[in-house]
Amino acid sequence: MFKVLRDLLRYNREFLFGTLLVSIILAIVVASFFAPYDEMMTYAVIPDMPPGAEYWLGTNSRGQDMFWQLAASMRNTLMFGVVVAVISRVIAIAVGLISGYVGGKTDQIIMAFNDTLGALPNIPILLLLVFVLRDQMTWPILALTAALLGWTHDSRLIRSVALSLRTREFTRHAAFSGMRTSQVLLREHLPYVMPIVFFTTMNNLIWAIGLEVTLSILGFSDINRPTVGGMIYWANAHSAMVAGIWWWIAVPMVAVVMLFIGLFLLAMSVNEYIDPRSRLARMGA
Amino acid sequence: MNGFLIYVAKRFGQLVFVVVTGVTLAFLIAHFSPVDPVEQTLSLVTSFGATDPRSVEILRASLRELYGTDGSLIEQYFLFWGRVVRGDFGPSLSAFPTPVMTIIGRALPWTVGLLTLATLIAWVLGNLLGAIAGYFSDSRTMKVIGLFVMALQPIPTYISGLTLLIIFGFLWPILPISGGAQLNLEPGMTWNYITSVLQYGTLPALTLVLVGLGGWFISMRSLVSNIVTDDHVVYAELGGVPSRTIFSQYVARNAMLPQVTGLALSLGNVFGGAVIVEFIFNYPGIGKLMVAGIYAGDYSLVLGVTTFSVIAVAVAVFLIDITYPLIDPRVKLG
Amino acid sequence: MSQVLEFKPAVTQAADVLTIKDLKAYYVNDLFGVRREVRAVDGISLTVRRNEVYGIAGESSSGKTSLIKTLAGAIRPPMRVVDGSVNFNFGGNHIDVYAEPDKMKAARWQNLSYIMQGSMSVLNPVRRIKHAFNDFAFRHMGLDRRAFRQRVESHLQKLGLDPNVLEAFPHQLSGGMRQRVTIALATVCEPEFIIADEPTTALDVLVQQDVLGLIKEVQGRLGSSVVFVTHDMSVHAAITDRLAIMYAGRLAEEGPTQAMFDNPQHPYTAHLIASLPRIGDISTRKSLAGRPPSLANPPSGCRFHPRCPIAIDRCSKEVPEMLPSAIGGRVACFRAGEVSVK
Repeated sequence: MFKVLRDLLRYNREFLFGTLLVSIILAIVVASFFAPYDEMMTYAVIPDMPPGAEYWLGTNSRGQDMFWQLAASMRNTLMFGVVVAVISRVIAIAVGLISGYVGGKTDQIIMAFNDTLGALPNIPILLLLVFVLRDQMTWPILALTAALLGWTHDSRLIRSVALSLRTREFTRHAAFSGMRTSQVLLREHLPYVMPIVFFTTMNNLIWAIGLEVTLSILGFSDINRPTVGGMIYWANAHSAMVAGIWWWIAVPMVAVVMLFIGLFLLAMSVNEYIDPRSRLARMGA
Repeated sequence: MNGFLIYVAKRFGQLVFVVVTGVTLAFLIAHFSPVDPVEQTLSLVTSFGATDPRSVEILRASLRELYGTDGSLIEQYFLFWGRVVRGDFGPSLSAFPTPVMTIIGRALPWTVGLLTLATLIAWVLGNLLGAIAGYFSDSRTMKVIGLFVMALQPIPTYISGLTLLIIFGFLWPILPISGGAQLNLEPGMTWNYITSVLQYGTLPALTLVLVGLGGWFISMRSLVSNIVTDDHVVYAELGGVPSRTIFSQYVARNAMLPQVTGLALSLGNVFGGAVIVEFIFNYPGIGKLMVAGIYAGDYSLVLGVTTFSVIAVAVAVFLIDITYPLIDPRVKLG
Repeated sequence: MSQVLEFKPAVTQAADVLTIKDLKAYYVNDLFGVRREVRAVDGISLTVRRNEVYGIAGESSSGKTSLIKTLAGAIRPPMRVVDGSVNFNFGGNHIDVYAEPDKMKAARWQNLSYIMQGSMSVLNPVRRIKHAFNDFAFRHMGLDRRAFRQRVESHLQKLGLDPNVLEAFPHQLSGGMRQRVTIALATVCEPEFIIADEPTTALDVLVQQDVLGLIKEVQGRLGSSVVFVTHDMSVHAAITDRLAIMYAGRLAEEGPTQAMFDNPQHPYTAHLIASLPRIGDISTRKSLAGRPPSLANPPSGCRFHPRCPIAIDRCSKEVPEMLPSAIGGRVACFRAGEVSVK
């Protein structure tokens, strides 16, 4: 595994950049644990200060230090994204492996359900949920709902890998030797599926964070809890652009773009690495 | 023709499934609301004063049916379906007493126009560029274009939208950033009005196009570079068939097939993007309606828009799906 | 290994349609810090005469498919020609495949055509068969649309195909039909040279017979030269005039087919022929030890020596040259002719 990482870092520029960008964001997130101010507090520092030596990224009209706000926001937003990604991974892997391995009618039924769920437009449903729950909406509920909506595309990908594995020799050996289905799936198939799981995780993270930020910008989340989308929401609410406080909008936007480009690069470069054609070329077939 | 009919039947069955699932989901969410929408809304309405008591009763009745305070769950479920089928979500709160469907009807053409235009442009342009980049993979120009387009891909909708807003709203104000058309113009098929619509729609459409372009480019390029090693393409090259013919008839036509399916699959996300774009540019479509409805606490409107959009997206997917056999002869005649 | 491409001038005899000299084509890969050179074609020289069916035989990783692709000028990076030349002589029109790509492109289909394996997928699935004929052959025939259509239809009929097949889509035809259509497509311009790459593999035996018969008939009628590649020795026995055996990117032996079957000079040839079942022969077959060598890291000296039943010390140190053999062909073996066929 580590050899793979080392190869990627050394030879693949996209992976390098991606790792770099994501590391910067992660560093900021770690910094959030050492913040000198309570992140929920407002008017803790002088408002509307431009970026400078004392306040690295300036302060906003609510009297919050932009750097520490960003750190806390990134942490919350990333946490949300990770929770969604993890839950939907578990569902996607379970559905994909089982459906692909069992095959036949069961597979068809599961996939029909899969596609039906996937055909639903997510945003209206999530907006309805947000609206209905109002003040009772907490981010775990949102995360759970998003996870329940977001696994369908990836389960298909995993299923196609599982389908091809089903007919391979080692699967037959395992089945003949008396392994139960769950054992076969977990011990024999899972390792093959991991690279594509990594790729889909990156994509899912991007999607989940995008979702969270989208809802927050519209003001549909706990707006007192710092999130990246929330920062933009408050900036809009205080007409930051018009008031000339451009850094209030710029900071979260740039941070989000950095994070997304980083994740995207990681996903693309790993995808190319595991692409069977490039693998064959590397092996010299 | 047999194959075609079977295919349409299957797809229609899927349409039914999706609509049933979506409507049921909307129903469930609405009915497990912890807040009683009826009393909340009614107190708001009556505080406006001077409202026709009959309309208030209609509102109360529809809210009770939609959000379910009468009867058992099953009864409410069927009542809900009755309303969906009739298209009757009752009157809207924020535009009392106008019926929800009327308001949706007014907003719908804006969203349909915006989405159709933007999606088509992004799909066609993205696929075209991707195909050229995939086939003529040594071209320098294509590599540069490719980098540019790919850099756009991970940028989320609101960032692109906000950036365009900032650029054209504050730095270089040559395009309008709010509204669907000039306010004092009479809506109609006049040249003035049409140009105004196009003007106001440019930035929202541009945002959606920028957001969508990257994805199509990347997937098409990857498809094409795979197809290029397919037997029938290699054979055509061995046969000395001219490059242009190979590109259009052997490569592009085959690569289009999965992209059409992909288009159908992407509609759910595209709709989500429209919500954000309409919000940012204050564009009078369904997305903005939904957001405004949420802000105003307009229960019937929000539920109406959600249900409607689920059905609308499902129908759009169905329509795209049934064009597939027209381009892939293996389905029609197989 | 020379980095500079040297296209040696070819000396072709009047009756030679194809001349290959010292051809070397390698896959060169440099990914993630690993450099690999797969020597698929490693120094091959041969000629194919007019009106001749020339077979190329060998196991799966012998490099014969790469040789064919190189012949036809159909190689893509990371594979490239590293040395040597491929020259065609189409009735006085001399073309060096790699030095004169434009002439080569103009000659395609008209002078040189291709029958591929996998008839399943060589035809464009979204277009009717008639378009394939239009795309491949129309511009060479110099006829107007109607005359062209008539010519194609009569050509199809001569090959036992219903002209209505032109209106069909590929997936509507059976595998055997598609292969016949491909043969028709490859021969409609009456080319001087046809490359047939495993055309009968993956077809059932009866269809195989059919297709072989078709190829033989067309070849006889047109007087074209055919290079026929297959690992199936019985097919070679049935259809080829001369036969070349490839092993690990090089030629082991070449000669008149009948003579080779009766009296193989190279131990590998002997093995291939001996493994064919013969009526009345009930002796057990011995299989060769070992596996085909890796083309990235081939054995030293004669590449066959690790598996050769009569290898001597010299075989692992020196590379045997292709020298004239006792049966009127060529062979690359220090102990040529010393193997006996049971």
